[in-house]
Order: sequence, then structure tokens, then C-alpha cells
Amino acid sequence: MTLLWIALLPLLGVLVPALTAQRGRTMCSLATGLVPAIALLLTLMQLPALLAGEALRVSITWLPELGLELAFRLDGLSLLFNLLILGIGLLILLYAHFYLAKDEPYGRFYAFLILFMASMVGISMSDNLILLWLFWELTSLSSFLLIGFWSYRGDARKGARMALTITGAGGLALLAGLLLLGDMAGSYRMDDVLASGERIVADGRYPIMLALVLLGAFTKSAQFPFHFWLPHAMAAPTPVSAYLHSATMVKAGIFLMARLHPAIADSELWSVVVPLVGSVTLLYGAWFALFKTDLKAILAFSTISHLGLITVLLGIGSPMAVLAALFHIVNHATFKAALFMSAGIIDHETGTRELKLLGGLRKTMPVTALLSTLAAAAMAGVPLFNGFLSKEMFFTETLATPVLGGLSWLIPALAAVGGILSVAYSVRLVHAVFYKPAKEASPKTPHEPPHLMRLPVEILVVLCVVVGLFPAFFATNLLGLATQAVLGEPLDFHLAIWHGVNLPLIMSLIAFLVGIFMYWRHADLRRFLQPFASVDARRVFERFMITLSYRAEQAIAALDGNSLQRFMGWLLLSALCMGVLGVVQIDILTGSKSNQPTDGILVFGAGMLIFGGIATAATHRYRLISLLMLSIVGLFVALTFARFSAPDLALTQLSVEVVTMILLMLALFFLPQRTPRESSPLRNVRDMLLAGSLGLVVASLNYAVMTRETLSISNFFMANSVPGGGGHNVVNVILVDFRGFDTLGEITVLALAGLAIFKLLNRLRLFMPHSDGEGRVWSPDRYPAILTSISMTLLPLALLVSAFIFLRGHNQPGGGFIAGLITAVALILLYMARGVEWAQARLDFPFQPVAIVGVAIATLTGLGSWLFGYPFLTSAFSYFSLPLVGKFELATALLFDLGVYLAVVGATLMILANLGKVTTAHRPVTDPKEPETPAAQVPAKEPS
Amino acid sequence: METLYAITTGVLTACGLYLTLRGRTFPVVVGLTLTSYAVNLFLFSMGGLTTDGATIVHGDGNYADPLPQALVLTAIVIGFAMTAFVVILAMRARSEAGNDHVDGKKEDRE
Repeated sequence: MTLLWIALLPLLGVLVPALTAQRGRTMCSLATGLVPAIALLLTLMQLPALLAGEALRVSITWLPELGLELAFRLDGLSLLFNLLILGIGLLILLYAHFYLAKDEPYGRFYAFLILFMASMVGISMSDNLILLWLFWELTSLSSFLLIGFWSYRGDARKGARMALTITGAGGLALLAGLLLLGDMAGSYRMDDVLASGERIVADGRYPIMLALVLLGAFTKSAQFPFHFWLPHAMAAPTPVSAYLHSATMVKAGIFLMARLHPAIADSELWSVVVPLVGSVTLLYGAWFALFKTDLKAILAFSTISHLGLITVLLGIGSPMAVLAALFHIVNHATFKAALFMSAGIIDHETGTRELKLLGGLRKTMPVTALLSTLAAAAMAGVPLFNGFLSKEMFFTETLATPVLGGLSWLIPALAAVGGILSVAYSVRLVHAVFYKPAKEASPKTPHEPPHLMRLPVEILVVLCVVVGLFPAFFATNLLGLATQAVLGEPLDFHLAIWHGVNLPLIMSLIAFLVGIFMYWRHADLRRFLQPFASVDARRVFERFMITLSYRAEQAIAALDGNSLQRFMGWLLLSALCMGVLGVVQIDILTGSKSNQPTDGILVFGAGMLIFGGIATAATHRYRLISLLMLSIVGLFVALTFARFSAPDLALTQLSVEVVTMILLMLALFFLPQRTPRESSPLRNVRDMLLAGSLGLVVASLNYAVMTRETLSISNFFMANSVPGGGGHNVVNVILVDFRGFDTLGEITVLALAGLAIFKLLNRLRLFMPHSDGEGRVWSPDRYPAILTSISMTLLPLALLVSAFIFLRGHNQPGGGFIAGLITAVALILLYMARGVEWAQARLDFPFQPVAIVGVAIATLTGLGSWLFGYPFLTSAFSYFSLPLVGKFELATALLFDLGVYLAVVGATLMILANLGKVTTAHRPVTDPKEPETPAAQVPAKEPS
Repeated sequence: METLYAITTGVLTACGLYLTLRGRTFPVVVGLTLTSYAVNLFLFSMGGLTTDGATIVHGDGNYADPLPQALVLTAIVIGFAMTAFVVILAMRARSEAGNDHVDGKKEDRE
């Protein structure tokens, strides 16, 4: 259970800054800091159990058939990453408290930061591939928000968009890869996946899966050639860069490679591709870090380079290499976060990050200078710092790698060059900022920052030194656990500072000498590079994106020509292709079931349906007639339902038919009465062919299904309707009980449609004709006496009938839907007979709340079952008896059905009554050209 | 009987879809309504065509499949909501665009 809290606490913690932002920044920072602090504490409390060798897992199944579950694990690897994420996160919060300017929305910033933290913790602890992917995407989204935090700055917006595009695209590839992986392993459970490594590697789809997964990992961890988003993400506030781009987000790809190592890494392909990509990235990043002049850009490229280094180690994949990779993850996180934060301090205090404007800061900021120097020493791999240890291990492992056969010297050689460059840019970073005399004055007069702002840097630098001095004491347990999680078995190792004079040490030595030499001759190098034009990744990317969207628009325009008709045509054509594919696969159209006998009534009904359908289509230019033909179809559909033992459906169809026709008639009043002839004959023939073929496909499919024996799950419903649902009408019990959740969704949609229509009709201005399509003026007798009196008489009767239908619905044909429609029809008849004003004056309440109350009652009925410890929408029923009435049944399903009833009445009237109101607002009662027509004698009740 | 039923469903589908390919809003709405009738009939028949059956539990007897009925019942109501929404959208489009072409343009390009 604690595991669940560790994972979900940060997610809930997103609310903390939102809630405390009003209380002032100190309060807000403290409250927000509690979130990672508690999560960190909870994580550390699991350490004894982990050391004792327990497997910590927690899982809540959701859809086990699809492998979807909320499953978390805490093993050595998760622990290591949790400590990084939460520990450095805590330091970053402290730093951000001082970093953000007074008027910046710190509450929002913290909320984004915690959201990001939560998603990283989610990645680190996910015990399910799909869940892992979910959190993966969440990091992309939250990092987008963080990078673009200063949204008023163009570079921040562009940088954020670029990061989102690249990592988002990688995320999609990753999803495909993980789905394949889960399919190959037969499960999405992490343990199952990790255990089936041999099967996965032997699978024919392995290369595709590997490519997709690596695409995800490489984009996230900024590996070449997807590295270019990282430098542009530096437009983020520095706490974000320090957090995302040193310790966490960019490590997610590395984490993925480590996590899935047992499952996917044991292949030739992996051990060639991954080290090569890693080495290229290592060199590329280091080379550019040497020539950038913006502090953060230098750090960004150096990050790329270090990520490449870790990738190489994971690619080599021997136990010691994995250990070195994990060690370097921690080391890099500590010294790079420290360096980023110092860069932020320098930026904050001097007003610039430009190397050319900085210099000599050792005098004004001695402590920061010392801290940065130490952190940079760790980055360069100076002995007695943590960076030295992992770099030595790196050199050792590259020397031992058997990859690339006769070219196996290539990787160590590249590693050595990387080491040289790394020394060179580290020296340059520190020397140019702190020790070299300044050429010009910086924008602000520099001084030391507040002590608490420097505290995170101090802590990290102390860690760098302490781990460097006593590696065995500080790192063995943690790394041992993490390595065991990756390799599946404990690894016996000993971290030591001194291994004697060996090849790796000589490589380090060479790196130092050549590196310092390179920095010394830096000006010559720059001059040498001058003629080579540099490529601005952002401009290339922007141009690519613009071209892409332009081409996409062109392609879409070529397909559908921005015409809905053509679009519809394509849609139907593709549906036809799919349908034909399906029908062709049926061997014999007629199944084993024989045709039932046909009688005259059936032939007549079918004939009327076919006649109605064709007539609707044929007369579509004469809209009123077409509508009348449509109503024939509707009525005969109702009769069809009645004929084939579906009284509920017949009743529903009949009442829906009435409201549909009234609605369409009303709508037709505002629309042209005729459709102009505009389609060419060719087009008509084409449409007929398309529609006709689809009709054929549908008919064939329908026939094929009906003549086959089908397996139905309905026996369950039939058997359980009375004992389980307390109702004899199985259709109604399915609606309000077995599938109550569907019905709830459906009435919600109905109410939403009503609300949307209400909004659409808002301030609608329409031309209202004074005559019909033939030029006949409307009848002056707007409210015929017979209709008026009948509707008045009918109303109570209709309401009674609907109450009857409603109450008996559980056991006999009827129910909330039908009752609701009958009530609506009765009320609408009143509206039509007496006019909207008259009805409005008597039914003086809006219908929106009725629909909403209906949905609310249904929802609350469902929620009510929670009070009794049952799942959502469990129904209960019991039998009571009263004198005179006798024995009767009361079921909670009835309450649910009441909600359905109200929703249907409310939504239907919301639609029709509101539409009706549009007519009366300013309807022309006379033809302006012929003022003496009888229409003029109509008593002017309405404002005209 | 099944043959006749299937032919009817097919014809209704074809007529409905033909109308949805028209260029003015009202025939498209009518076409959608017609198509939804056809679809409802199609779905309804998935449980087989039962004559003189029942979906009311009353001892033993000839039962019709209740599940497609329940599904179609909700489909009918949702179909109404959809028709209502589309037709009012069409009215709104006419009031905004001044004509009732599906693309909101006066001239048809074909």
C-alpha cells in the first residue's frame, strides 16, 4: 500500500501549490516541498525490505483481459531513480523559491514541477508497460508546460514545441514498440516481460520492436540525431533545466533501456546499434559544448555527451558496464544539476549567461566559484571526484567490449576522444567565467546569492566529493540493488579509487593533458572552424514543420477539395472497401438456418418500407414531400418492430417518430422548401452507384447473419432478470440494471445534445417565409379550435398513460424512455395547439434543469449503491404489501428509470420548445407586397 | 422472410446514404435519419427474427432476444438527439452563411 502512496502522492501533490498559492510564496514553497519530502521518506522506508530481498509490488487490476492495470513496483532501479527524482526535486524547489522573480506565478510553476515529478516517479515505478508509457507521455506534456513557462518569450514557445514534437513523436513510436513487446512476451506485466527475454529476441518482429522502443528512448534522452531539441529547451527557467535536463527527463530514455535490458538487450543488433549511437552522441555533444558561448548551451551539449556515454555503457551491456552506467547516471545528475544551478545563479546575479560578457567572477562570487569549480572537476573526471570513478569504469568497459570484431578498438578510441573534449569544455567553462579577467562589465553588478539559494548546490557538490572519496561506503548498497534489478542477479563488485596504473588511468591522463592543451589553443580551433557555416537546428526544424503542414494541407485539399460532399464520398468509399473485404471472406452467403415463411402482410410491409425509402430519396428536392415519405418509413419501422416481438421498440420508435417529424417540420419552416438542382447527372449516377453498392453489402451481411445460428449472451439476462433485477421485462431490466451504465451515458448524451441545441439557438436570426414553397400564404387560423380542444382533453390522459407506462415498465413493455417520450409528445401537442406564449405562460419553467436533474437522479442512484458497499449502479429491490394495494415491488431501478424519464422529457422539450420559441419572436403575419390578404386579419398577438 | 428483410435494410441504407451525399443540408439530415432507421433494423435483426415471441419472463415460452432490443432502444433515442442536433446546426449554418449548402458556399463546384 505504501508503494501506491509513493507513486500517487506526488500526483495528488499537484493540488498543493494550487491551494496554497494565495498564502504567500514561503508558505506555498514549504507546503509544496512536503510532497517530495514525504514521498522520499516513504521510499527510504522501503530500503530494509529491499535489502532483505523482498519483491515489492502492488497492483490494482482494471481490465485484466487487455493487460491494463495500475501496477507499481519498487526495486533497486526504481529506488535509485526515486531518490534522484525526489531528492533533486526537493533541492530544485528550494532553488526555485529564490530563482523566480517576485511577480511570477510561482504557484503554477510549482504545480507544473510537481506534475512532472509525479510522472517521473510513475515511470520509475511502473510495473506495467502501458502504465509506463502513460507516465512517459505525461512527462512530455508536463515538460512542455515547464519549458514554455515564460510563454511570452518566442524562444520559450518554440523550444517547448520542438521538445514536445520530438519527444511526443518518440512516445508514439514507443507505444507501438511496447505493444509489440507485450504481445511478444504475452503479457504487459514487467516481471513477465523481463523474464521472457530469450523468446523476445528470437521473435521475428524483434528488430521492428527494438527500433521503435529505441526511437522512444533516443528521442527522450537526446541521442544523435534527435539531440537538437535539448539545447533549445534551455529557454526554460534554470530550475527546470537543472531538473529536467540534467537529472530526470533526459534520463527517462536511459532508464527505459536499463529497465528493459533483460528483455531486449541480449542481441547482436542491440550491441552494435546502441553503442554506436551512444558514441556518436558522446562526441557530437562534447565537440559542440566546446564552442558554445552560452553557459546553459554548453551545459546542454555536455549533457547530450554524457547521455551518449551512458548509452554506450548500456549498449555494451556486460554486468560491470551496467553498473558503470547506473553509477554515472547518479554522478552526472549530481554534478550537472549543481552546474546548472550555478549557471542560474550567475545569470541571476550578473544578468547574462554569455561567456563573452562574463569573467573574473571569482572575486565577487568566491563561494559560487569554488562550488562550480568542484562540480566541473567532477564533470571532467578529476580523481577524487565521483565523475572520475564512473569515467574510469567507462574506459575499462570500452576496452573490454568485443563489439565490432576487428574494429573493437574504435569504441575505446572514441571514448578517449570524448574524455579529452570533456576535460577541455569543463576547463573552459570554469576558467572563462571565474578566473579569466572580464573584457567588459556584466549588465548587473555581481554578488553572492542568498545563502539558501546556494544551499542546493552546496549539498550536491558535497555529494560529488564524498562519493568520490568513499565510493564503497556511499554507493555500494544502492548501486548493488539497482544493478541487481537490471541484471536479475546480484553482482559482486568493489568500488575503489585506486586500481593501480593501468590502461584506463593512462587514458584519463592523456585526456587531461590533451584536453587542457585544446583549451589553451581554443582560439586557434575557433579560427579553424570559422569557415564552416553552423546550422541552426531550430530554423531547420521550423522549416521542416512548415513544409510538412503545407504538404499535408495540399494533400488533404487534393483529396477532398474542402468539400464535405467529396469527403463523405471518400468516407463511404473506404467503408465500401472494408465491407466488401468482409463479405468476400464469407464462404457461403446463406447459412444453415432456413428462411422462415413469408406472408402477404410481410410483403406489404417490406414493400411500403422500400417504397418509402426510395420515394424519400427520389423526391428530396421537394422537401416537404420527402419528409412525408420519410415518415412512412418511420411508421413502418415501428410496425416491423411490433411484428418481430419487440413491443418496447415499437412504442419507442412510434413516439420518437412523432417528435422527429415535428422537429423536422419546424426546421423546414426556416429552411428553403426546395433543393435547387445542382449535381451533374454524372455525379448523381456516381453517388447512386456508391450508395447502391453499400446497400448491397449491407443487405448481404444482414442476410448472412440472419441465416446463421448465433451465440447469444441473452440467456444470462433471461435467467437473471427476475432473480437478479427484480423485473420481468428483460429489455427494461437490461436498460436500467444490467447495462445501466450505458444508459446513464446515453441520457447524459441526450441532455448534452439538448444543451448544445439550446446554445445553438441562442440569438439565432432566421428568415421566416410568409408562405410555403408553392407561394401559398399560411393559413390565418393559427390555432384551430378542434386541435386546441382535443389537445387540452388529451393532456391529462396522455400524462396518465405515460405514468402507467412508466410504472409498469419493469415488468411489462414500457419504461422511462417511452414514458418520457409520451409526456414530451403530449406537452408538445399543447405547444402546437395553443402557441408558445400560451404554453410558456402556463408551463413557466426552463427545461434545462429538468434534464440535468434527471441525469443527476440516475447518477445518484448509481452512487447510492456505494453507500451499501456495492459497485456503482448495483440495484436492489424488495417486495412490500399494503392494505388495498396488495403486494408490490419497489426497486432502486425504478429511481434510475425516473432519472431516465426526466432526462428524456427535459431534453426533448429543451430541443423542441426552444426551437418553437424562435418562430414566434418576429414572424411575418402578412405578405408585405399584398397587405390585403386574409392573413392581415389575424389578431396581432405577437410582436411583428 | 429473412431475404425480404435483408433487401429492405439494403434499400433503406442505399437511399439514406445517397441522400447524405447531397449538397444541401436538409436532404443530408433526412438521409441521416433514414440511414439510422436502416441501421436500427440491421442491429435489431442480429438477434434473429422472432414471431410471436416475448421479452417478458413468464414461465416457459417462445422468447425473443432482448439484448439487441435494448441496444436498439437506446439507439433510437440517441438517433433522435443526433438528428435534432444536426438539423439545428443546419439552421444555424444557414443563418450564419446565408445559404444551406453543406460547405456554406453558394456555388457548387461540380
